[in-house]
This record gives sequence, structure tokens and C-alpha cells, in this order.
Amino acid sequence: MIEVHELTKRYGDKTAVDGLTFTVKPGVVTGFLGPNGSGKSTTMRMLLGLDAPTSGTATVNGRPYAEHPDPMFQAGALLDAKAVHTGRTAYHHLLALAATTGVPKSRVGEVIDLVGLHEVARKRVGGFSLGMGQRLGIASALLADPEVVVLDEPTNGLDPEGVLWIRNLMRDLASRGRTVFVSSHLMSEMALTAEHLIVIGKGRLIADVSVSGFIESASNESIRVRSPHANELHDLVAGPGTTVLSVDRGLFEVTGLSAEEIGDRAAAAGIALHELTVIRPSLEEAFMELTRDAVEYQSATIGEAR
Amino acid sequence: MTAAALSLPRKRVSLPRVVKSEWIKFWTVRSTVITLGVAVLLLVGFGLLASSLYGTPSQGGPPGNEPTDPVGASLTGTNFAQLAFGTLGVLLMAGEYSTGMIRSSMTAVPKRLPVLWAKVAVFTTVVFAVALAASAAAFTFGQMLIEDGASWSDPGAARAVIGTAVVMAGVGLLGMGLGALMRSTPGAITTLFGVMFLLAMVAALLIPDSWGDVVQYLPSNAADAFTAVEQGEGMLSPGAGLAVFTGYIVAVLGAAAWRVKRSDV
Repeated sequence: MIEVHELTKRYGDKTAVDGLTFTVKPGVVTGFLGPNGSGKSTTMRMLLGLDAPTSGTATVNGRPYAEHPDPMFQAGALLDAKAVHTGRTAYHHLLALAATTGVPKSRVGEVIDLVGLHEVARKRVGGFSLGMGQRLGIASALLADPEVVVLDEPTNGLDPEGVLWIRNLMRDLASRGRTVFVSSHLMSEMALTAEHLIVIGKGRLIADVSVSGFIESASNESIRVRSPHANELHDLVAGPGTTVLSVDRGLFEVTGLSAEEIGDRAAAAGIALHELTVIRPSLEEAFMELTRDAVEYQSATIGEAR
Repeated sequence: MTAAALSLPRKRVSLPRVVKSEWIKFWTVRSTVITLGVAVLLLVGFGLLASSLYGTPSQGGPPGNEPTDPVGASLTGTNFAQLAFGTLGVLLMAGEYSTGMIRSSMTAVPKRLPVLWAKVAVFTTVVFAVALAASAAAFTFGQMLIEDGASWSDPGAARAVIGTAVVMAGVGLLGMGLGALMRSTPGAITTLFGVMFLLAMVAALLIPDSWGDVVQYLPSNAADAFTAVEQGEGMLSPGAGLAVFTGYIVAVLGAAAWRVKRSDV
């Protein structure tokens, strides 16, 4: 369980994180979304005690991370793949981290196998690719089999096989009751992995919703209608509360009516339909719409301030 | 969260465990081990070289100016070895910042200060032991090369040999502290060498004679006072030298601790 309350981080007069409040529950994968520079990494660093908040609190399982006597059992994190001494081997890196909290040597071997670094574990990390670095970072996050797993852009630099592996790993951790909190700037990635979303923009909370709720709240669905008698059908569906947008000859999109209603009206009038498709906005489109709102909100406040 | 029963025994972070971790870290980076080896070579090598040249009359100096410090000659390597031991101290701390390792270290030990104290413990133990062995070797074999060489029982000889190891560890600790304060390997190395080598020279040139006493309190001069067999003019007593030198180490490590604890990583 992660609880963030009124969390704020300022660097000089720049506010990176601005009064964030949210909760991340165990048992599901929670996506942490926002454009680059929106404050995701800073939030995660404060969660792990690397950065001190300017104000507000961030707790892991009820306490600030640094106040746990057994922090690595509470939470494990991949914050960046470069948090490794390049002159040390992957094995010794993990061995040194494990030693701080009495994790046995056998577990080091386990996580190396788990992330698929067996063949390079005795090589120095300086020669690792970004993908191998990410795998090593994930290995250190999972070293003490923590209750909370925090991953900052874990799929960066991974090949498709690696991306699939991460996806399954996160789902598996969640199904075993772990709290999984993963950041990304790719909505499509989150659509496949996360059940819940926390969306931020410019350091502020934009949405705290389930993935399906997010799509519904972000944009209305529309119905694509194709008919040889488009003009007649157009008159049947037009009216207050509906929008009809002609796309092509014999093809238009309707919002404000359900597919059933359109189909029934067409059938009653004896008009043939060649296509009747419900178009749901993709997560990516929903995301664009939400962040666009955030930008509008921001400029509005600047305008008021003047 | 009962479903997530852990198979691993939950153990706390403790100072002995962090020391073990730092011990592993110390020995698993090639650069630190090489630096340690270089330091030993410098300490012993220059000591033996200076010993073999000791008392060679070819310099043709005026009579009455014969060398009188066979102990010091065999420990000539100190000046060079402190470069290497100092660098080792800097690398141990600043290397964590320059590579990003510090974020892993501080995530594993979020209370942070145990990491610094464990590093201090491991570094002091290893460097003192290695430097003591090296300075003892330089002294023992150096004196064999010197006609009428000094022995361990000569006044000040044992203090010079052991003191050399203390100073080597001390310079390294200053380097560690500077590394933590500056978070930059080149910056900390430059500062350390500036303080240990140049400061005394610059001070001797710039400070007016009436302030001359100040010079003896500089870290390098205080350290020299502790290891000197015979106290020259304008030198602190060995005890005072050790106290002043230790004071600098405590101050720098104290400042380092404050920065490690307070600053974002």
C-alpha cells in the first residue's frame, strides 16, 4: 500500500510535484502516467526517501520508507538502470545490496535467474546494454521479495520479448497480493498492463481512475455508420443532443445515439446499413484529451492571475 | 496482505550488515584494489630507493650536513603513497555518486548514515592494516640498506612507522569526506592534494612571519609532526600533531555526514 498526501516538491521557484494525493492499493497493477517532465520520477524518488518532500507525506505500508527497520522487504524499486557501479559485476552488486538486510546468497542467484541475467552475472555492469541494466534494476528491486514494487519506466530499452516478460511479471506480482506501481508515458503500454491509473500533468493529479473508467470519462464513444442511403439516414438520426459528422460519401459518425437506436431507426425506415461500428477512443486518445484539458486549465489560471 | 506470505526471513538493516555490504563493495571494484596495490608499491618502493641512496657521499655537500634521519629516509614513500591512499578514499565515496550507485545504496539503507560509517570502518581497517604492513616492510628492509640503520627500539622509530599507517588512513578518510561533500572524483582529488601538498607551501609564502605559528596547524604539517622522529623547529609535538590531524578528519567527516543525511541523492 502506497499513500501519498499533499506531496509537494519545489526546486527553487519551479514546482515539480504540486500537492499530489493518491493511494496505490495492493493486488492490482497501478499505472502512473504523465508526459515527460510531469513529476513521475520525482514522486517515486520521494516515495523511496531519495528526495525529501518540500511538504506533504509519502508512505509505504503506513510509514515513510526510510523509517522501516526492514526497508527492502517493504518496497523494492527500479528508479533508473544507471544506479549501479559500472566497475562491479551484476552478481557482486546484488550480493552487496542483499548483505545490508541479511538476504541470503541463494536469493541473489534466484533473482539473477528470474530476470534472465544468468550468463552475464559475472561480467562488469559497465558493458551492459540498457535492457540488461533494466533487468539488473528489476533484480535488485525484487531481491527481498518486497510487498510494494515501484518501477519507473521499466520497459525502456527492452526488446519485445522483454516487454512481454515485464508485463507478465507485474501481473504475477499483483496476483500474489503485491502493490505494483509502474510509471510510463505510453498509454498503450498501460492499457495492456494496468488496472488502475494515476494520471498527472505538471506535477498535479489529473485522474485517479480504473483503466475502463478512464476511457469512459475521457471521451464519448461514437458510432460509425455506412449506408448507400446516407442522406435519408442522416435526417433520421439528426436532432438535438446528437452530432453527425460526415466522413466520406456514404459514411458518417454519430455521437449521442447508441448503435441499437440507429439500427432500429434504419430498420423501421427500411434503409440498408453496410456498417454500424461502435468506436471507443483508444487509451492514447483519452490520454491526449486529458492532458490537453490540463494544459487548458493551466493557461486559464495564468490568465486569471493577470 | 496475508496472501503475500514471504518465504524469505525478514531481517532488519543493521550496522554490521551494512559493514558486510561495504566490505563486499570494497573488494569487488577493480579500481580500488589496484589503487591499494599502487599505494603499497609507492610506499615500499620509494622507501627502499631512498634508503639505498641514503648517505651516498656523491652529493658533495659541506661537512656537517650529513643525513641524520635514517627512519625518515626509509619512509620517504609516504609522500607518494598518500596520493594513492587519498585517491582510494575519494573513489570509494565519490565513485558512488559519479556512477549512480549511491541511489541503490541509499535505497537499501535509507537511513543513509550507516553507509558512511560502514565505509569509514571498512576503509580504516583495510588501509591501516595494509599501510602498516607496507610501512613496516619499508622500514625493516630500508634499514638493512642503510649503514648503521635505525632499529625498532630507537626513540621515535616505532611511532614513525605506525604513525605513517595512521596518516595514510587519515588522508584517505579526508578524501572520503571530501568525496561525499563534493560528489565529484576530480574535484575531491584536486582539493585533497591541494590541501595536503600545496597549502603548506602557499601558506609559508603568503602568511606574514608574525602569523608563522599558523602553518604548523595545517593538516599536512600536523601529520608530519606526528610521524617525525625528531621535532624540528616550528613543529607541533607528536601528540598535538595527531590531535590536530584527527580534528580535521572529524570535522570533514562530520560535514560529510550532514550532507549525506540532508541532501537529495
